[in-house]
This record gives sequence, C-alpha cells and structure tokens, in this order.
Amino acid sequence: MLERLFLRLQKNIDSILMIFISSALVVGLFTLYSASGRNIILVLNQLFYIGLGFILLWITARVHPKHYEKLALPIYILGLLLLFAVMFVGQSSHGARRWLNLGAFKMQPSEIMRLAVPIAMAWYLSKRENNRHAIDYIIASLFFILPVILIINQPDLGTGLLITASGFYILFLAGLNWKFIVGAAIGLFSLAPIIWTHLHDYQKNRLLILLDPSQDPLGSGYHTIQSSIAMGSGGLIGKGWLNGTQGQLDFLPERTTDFIFAVFSEEFGLLGNLLLLGLFALIIGRSLMIASQAKNTFTRLLAANIGLTFFTYIFINIAMVSGIMPVVGVPLPLISFGGTSMTIILISFGILMSVHSHKELIGSS
Amino acid sequence: MSYTKNSQNIYKSRYLFKRRLALLSGLISIAFLIVIGRFFYLQILKYDFYKDLSENNRIAVIPNVPNRGLILDRNGVIMADNYFVYSLEITPSKVTNLNKTIDNLKPIIELNAGDLKQFRKILKESSSLDSIPIKTHLSETEAARFAANKLRFEGVEIKSRLFRRYPKGAFASHLIGHINRINEEDKEVIKKLGWQQNYKGTDSIGKLGIEKYYEARLHGTTGFQEVEIDANGNSVRILNSTPSIEGDAITLSIDSNLQEIAENAFNKYRGALVALNPKNGEVLAFVSRPNFDPNQFVGGIDVDEWKVLNESLDKPMLNRAINGLYPPGSTVKPFVALAALENDIRKPPFNIKDPGFFTLPNSGHTYKDWKPYGHGVVDIVMAITISCDTFFYGLGIELGINKLSEFLSQFGFGKATHIDMFGENAGLLPSPEWKQKRFKQPWYLGETVITSIGQGYTLVTPMQLAEAVATLANGGLTIQPRLIQSIKNSQTGKIETFKNKTVRELHFKPENLALVKEGMMNVTQPGGTAASVGAGATYKIAAKTGTAQVVEMKENQKYNPSRMNERHRDHALFIAYAPAEEPTIAVAIIVENGGHGGSTAGPIARKLMDYYLLKKVSSNKEENKVGPLESEYHD
Repeated sequence: MLERLFLRLQKNIDSILMIFISSALVVGLFTLYSASGRNIILVLNQLFYIGLGFILLWITARVHPKHYEKLALPIYILGLLLLFAVMFVGQSSHGARRWLNLGAFKMQPSEIMRLAVPIAMAWYLSKRENNRHAIDYIIASLFFILPVILIINQPDLGTGLLITASGFYILFLAGLNWKFIVGAAIGLFSLAPIIWTHLHDYQKNRLLILLDPSQDPLGSGYHTIQSSIAMGSGGLIGKGWLNGTQGQLDFLPERTTDFIFAVFSEEFGLLGNLLLLGLFALIIGRSLMIASQAKNTFTRLLAANIGLTFFTYIFINIAMVSGIMPVVGVPLPLISFGGTSMTIILISFGILMSVHSHKELIGSS
Repeated sequence: MSYTKNSQNIYKSRYLFKRRLALLSGLISIAFLIVIGRFFYLQILKYDFYKDLSENNRIAVIPNVPNRGLILDRNGVIMADNYFVYSLEITPSKVTNLNKTIDNLKPIIELNAGDLKQFRKILKESSSLDSIPIKTHLSETEAARFAANKLRFEGVEIKSRLFRRYPKGAFASHLIGHINRINEEDKEVIKKLGWQQNYKGTDSIGKLGIEKYYEARLHGTTGFQEVEIDANGNSVRILNSTPSIEGDAITLSIDSNLQEIAENAFNKYRGALVALNPKNGEVLAFVSRPNFDPNQFVGGIDVDEWKVLNESLDKPMLNRAINGLYPPGSTVKPFVALAALENDIRKPPFNIKDPGFFTLPNSGHTYKDWKPYGHGVVDIVMAITISCDTFFYGLGIELGINKLSEFLSQFGFGKATHIDMFGENAGLLPSPEWKQKRFKQPWYLGETVITSIGQGYTLVTPMQLAEAVATLANGGLTIQPRLIQSIKNSQTGKIETFKNKTVRELHFKPENLALVKEGMMNVTQPGGTAASVGAGATYKIAAKTGTAQVVEMKENQKYNPSRMNERHRDHALFIAYAPAEEPTIAVAIIVENGGHGGSTAGPIARKLMDYYLLKKVSSNKEENKVGPLESEYHD
C-alpha cells in the first residue's frame, strides 16, 4: 500500500538528481543554522520554502513538456506585463517603505522571467527550426533584451546579467553562427567607449568599483576582505561546524544570503569545499546529460539552459565570495537563505525532470 | 523531399547541439578548476596569513568623516563653520548592561534629563554597533575625570567630534538653513542617490536652506582607515589609510551687512524681504522673520525646543520668502498698467474723473476706491503714483481676465522662480480655466475687477515679487535669481562661478515702459503714496506700495487698525528698485499685519538702499524727522 503510494509519488521524478539536490539542501540547512547564529526560526522558514518548492517540483515534473511549449508565449507576456506593472507601481508608491508591501512584489516578475525567458526563446527557436534565418536569432535575442532592460532599470543588475547569460546559452546551443558570435563580441567592445561617454559620473563610478573593489574599501571591498579571511583561515579541514569565528562574529556581511559560502568554507575547509563543489558538479552533469538525451529541440534547449544557468549562479557566487570576481548580489542556489530563489530553483529542476521522464513519449520531430 | 531535408536538419542540429554542449562542459570544467585553484591559494598557501588575521587580529574599516564645507557671505564673512568638541559616546553592543553603565556614569559626568532623552531617541534610530553620543561639549575637567575612570566603562569612549556652528545665530537662518541628525527618511534619500558609501560615519545632513540644497557640495568625500583590531575591538595598527576630502566652500551672493540692516529693520514685525541685483540675479538679502537659531538643530534638536518652534503662532520655521503666500495688493498695479499700455488701451492723454467708486456695467455693483471721494482727474501715470483703484477697476474690465492673466504670467506670477532652495511655492495666478478646474465654477466679472488691484485669488511669494520687480527694472529681462556667488573646490582651490542665465526676455515698447517707470518714480516724490521713503534721498527710487487684506471687511464697515486684533491688521507690501535710471537693486518687502506699505515696509527699503548705494547706515533719528505724509495713510 505504502509502497504503491511511494511509487506513484516517485513517478516522473529523477531519483538520481533528487538525491543530489536533497544532499545539497541538507548541507545548506546545516550551514544556514551556523551562519544565522543558531537561529532555528530562520532554518524553519527556509525549510518551509523547501517544502513548497518540492511540491511545485513534483507538479512541474508531471506536466508534459508540450504544455510548457504551449504556455511559453503567454507566460512570457504575462511576465513582461508584470515587469511593466512594477515600473508603474514602483513610481506611484514613491516614498512608501519598500519592504512593507512592495518588497515581495518587486522581486516576483524578474524571478519569473528567469524561467520565462529561456522557455520562450527555446519555443521560438525550435518553432523556426527548419527554416531559421539570421533574423530569427535577432528576434530570439529580443526575447531577453527587452526584459533585461526593464530589470536593470529596477535596478537589479545581478538578475539582469544572469538572464542575459541564460539568453546567450540558448542562442549558442541553437546553433548561432560563429561569425555572428565573434561579430557581436567585437561590436560590443567597439561600442563600449561610446556608451561610456554617455554615462553619468555616478554610473561610471559604480562600474569602476565593480571592476576594482579596492577602490571602495568601505563597501564591496570590505566584503571581499572579510570573506577572504573567513575562507583562508578555514584551511584544509576547516574550524568545524558552528566554530567559524569570522562567520559567528559580526565581521562577515550578508552571511546567510550572498556570502553563506564563506561561512561554509571557514567551517569545513578545502575538503568541504571540494565535496560541495563535487555535489554541484554532479547536479550540473546530470542536468546536461538529461539535455543531451532530450528528444526534440525545445526540450533540449530548455534542459541544457537549466543546467547551465544553475552553473552560472554557482560560479558567480563562489567566484565573488572568494574574491576573484566583483561583488554582485547573486545567491548560492540551494544553500543561501531566500524563499523566492529557492522555489524558482526547485521549479526549474521540476521542469528538467519533466523533460527527462517524458522523453520516450516525444516523437523525434 | 522535405522529409529528408528535415531529418537531415534534425540530425545536423542535434549534432551541433551536442558538440556545443561538450564545448560548454569543457568551459565549466575550466571554471571549476579556477575556483579550486583559488581555494588552494586562500586555504593552503595563505592559510597562516589568514589564520593569523582571523585569530589574533581582525580588520576593521573606519571612515574618516570629512569636514563640512564653509558657508561665507559675499565679503568672506563666515556664516557656517565647524569646530571640535569632546563628546562622551556609548557603543551599545559593547556594553553588557546599558542602564547600569549610565547610572555609573552619572557621578562622574553630569547627565541631565535632556541628554538622556536625546540619547534614547538616537539609540532607537541606530544600530547597536554605532557609537552614540550621550553628552556632547564635555568640558576639559569632565573629559579628564572620565579618562581617569575609563577602565570601569567598557564600550564608553570620549571622542572628538566635529560640530557645525552658525556663528551669527538666528541671523539669516532661513537662508543658511541647518543640519540635523540623519533620520530614516534621509537614509532612504541617501540610498536612492547612491551616497551610502560616502555617508558612512556621517551622522548629520543638511535639512534646510543652503545647507540642504548644496548638500552634495558641502559634505565632502569620506576617507577610510583599514585598521587591525584585537579581540577587544581596540585598534592595533593602521594598515591603510585614505584621507577625507573637505567639502567645498560656498560663497553666498548675500551681503551680511545688508542682511543685518534688513533684519534689524523688521524689528518685531513678521514678514519677509528679498533684495536682488536685477543685472545678474544675485540675491543680496534674503529675510524671513521671525527666524530661529539653527545651532539648536546641530546634533539633534531637543523635543521641547522643537515643540516651541513648531507650535508658535508666529511660525518661525516657515520660510516666508519662498513659502509665504500673500495677495500682492496694489504692488501688482505697475504690471497691470503695463499690460494695458501694451494692449493699446489707457494711453495718455486718456484719463478718468474718479468719483471714488466704480460701477460694474450691467450689474450695478459698485467697488470703492480707498479714497472716499475719489482722486479727481487721473491718468495712467498718476494712477500708479497715487494708487487709484477706480482707474484699474475699469482697466481690468476692458482688458479682460485672459489677457491680464497671460501678461502677468510673463513676469513670473504663478510660476516658481527656481531659486537654489528646496520647497519653493509657485504662488497662484488665477484664470477662468483655473477657476473652472479648481471650483467647477465660471469666472465672474467682479473677480476681474479685484484681480486688477491685486486682491482676490492672486497669491505671490516675496521671492516671486522680487523677481517681477527686477524684471521690470531691467526693462523685461529676467535673469535667473540665485543665492550663491561661487563654490570653491577645497582640493584644487579652483573657484567655480556661475554665468547669468536668462529666464525670459520680454520686449515692451520703450514709451510704455517709460510711463510705468515714471509712475513708480513719482511714488516716492511728494504726493506719491510713499513720499517719505524718497524724502532726502540723493538717488531716485521707483516704488509701489501695497496693502493686502487679512480679514474681509463687511460692507460699510470702516477699516480701523487701532481697534483691531493685531493679527487681523492688513499686510503691508512694498516693491522698489534704485537708482531708478540704472537700477542695481530691486527689492520686495512684506510686513505681516504692518498696515500700510509706505509707512512700515517702505522705510526698510530705504535703509537697505542707502546702505547698498551709498554705504550709509541711516539712523532712526533721521527717519523720525520725515514723518509719514498725509497721502500715505492709505494705499
């Protein structure tokens, strides 16, 4: 009886991926407990979102990919309208305390776009597959350029850049011509000085600080110094769970969210880092494997994008925390505290599992 | 055929996909290797270095707060500067029992109820890591006494803090403004402007006047110190330091001597005055009375002191010069007269025989002149000189409200002057459209009648009125008025000055302008409504008096100032420029409940002009010699 229920629940779920994800989540909860200064309420809060995320993962895994294909455009347009609405609402409630009623609202549309953009692009490019011209790639690009402009305007540079990366992955995997890629890269570089002269002084400053954090030792430079100390002092095997001094004291900023990796690294050392990185590598590897086994272009592009975006988050976050990249506000997926980010990540894995479990049912057209 | 092509395509695209995915996987592996390399560097190679930093010492970044820029008058007189004070400060996170610590401090340092109240207030608004002053301005003995007992008080320190000082106290307070502690609202603004980094360690911000408008220039650039601190939070050594850069110094266009003469001339009256140079828009004096002592606000104003300022009937916190709204009364007449002349009506030799009232055609409603039996034969020049209401009643009706309103708006009525100060009021210039929108009612002819003598809906700020007079003095050219003359960069010593900016350039017929100016010049001559103002002057003053009703008179009720509540008396207005032939100063004055413009507001203008044009300080004795003339008792 119980066995049958379990089997039913397990249907469509990729147990290999599920084991990897769950392991990472357990690591995350333990780290969060330590990073928050043993704040059990925060951990329970995170657990609630994990639960919610799992339910949504289970639902999205059961949905046939053809439905995602059908819903691609409507969801995308809805997301875009919400982004516009944010712009409008944001203006009308000028002076209101953002974190009261606007807070949840502000993040939502750009988070939706993280999924809606790749789905819509994959849909468009697979639809035009047999008759694709250069113009189709340009149209597909507009699918991410438009929301990115709105999101960067919000301003949320981090999410904007990540969606841009995710758009590039799709274009690249769909077969964008190398000449085009090289041309675009050259074009961007030659445009840079022109854009630069049109920026305001404070915008220039912000970009300069992004490139060289030591120019801003009170802000992001401080974060980098402190997280380097935390990581470096962790050594080979770490100081042990709940024993990290940098993380436990007030020195490390944002230690439950963007900088949680520094806490982990201080307490579990290089070995811990390698194990966690290995776990992430397994998740990425499994995702890309699912992508390469997918039977049609839409699911292929979508699945690969989910794996690659997951990698991008991890790389940017860890590179930022360990001081090889400027500080941009990107959380570490499955580990950092944050409800919206957690649910979106789990939903994306649900879609990945849907692609995998329905692969036999999709014709190779 | 298409089937084969398609399947070929599909095969090709899947192959391409796999190849590219493999390429990306390779890149991912490289990225992982880079990250692992970095881990190795931090955690193995530099392990000892970071272990040392983490276990024995920690790095803290301490901001070096910059000196706030000075504010000077045009002659270099200091209006705002900074000085060091010793202040006793508590960092709550370092204190185990805050109340006990405060109790233990009491025998050593005298703490009164106000100090504690202020401390609690700041405590609520700050983070527990901040250092919060519990008593500022410690005396040398107090500082020494605490130093001797320092070891008993962990988390309590004496710090030397920079304080803002306004050496001249309440003088020009509405102009200079003040700073106050940064509150939640300011924090939002700082965040929005992207100033957070530069405001680390800064606890005050400009809240009013020049201090607020030029905050970005006055604040300066915060430096930093990277220091190693031991486990107790004491700094061991400085690793790295960048000095702060002092804020820029601002030189006002105000002449503090002129300002002082103007402020003193107001005596106990409430009101406002703006004097500017029509040639370059520089504001020479900027008065709003009563004023307040900006020093009260530095470091946070006491709740009781604020209550007194805020609840006073005299409204000392109201910046009357840019926020006070007053009916212009008869000061609007020169502009209305010019409107008529430019529209080719009322040109001399046109004149009326004033019976002392005006009857609105088709309604029979009559409007009285201020002079019971009228002025006799009056032309347009005379109408300005003696302020004949009847002349303007008929003029307004013939011109019509639309033309009148349009013409006045050219002089800036109903528009903000965009002076370099926040919160300016734009005043009100009524029109039929405005009334329809505001009250959903049509415009009545009677309203045109009173609008043409500056009563009714029209409202102006003293700043606006001053700009309008300057424009008239300039023959139609409006130069953007401004309060500062230059900004001196504290680092390079370079002085930034400002070019004159033309706001509007109006073209009037010279002969029309000459008629209006003649009328205004005669105002300060014998027979004019402000004859005493011009008496004995070695230069010519062009002026216009005005009165604005505070309470409406019932029909047949006679205005009798001596029998009225002081606050119900009329507001006195006065506009003037001099020397009349080649004006270098234009002024607008409003004296609240001052009665008639010529007798209360006028003398203030004269004192101002005597100093400005002749560097002469007129004593009160002289003024008494020339008593108000008969013609001045009314408008």
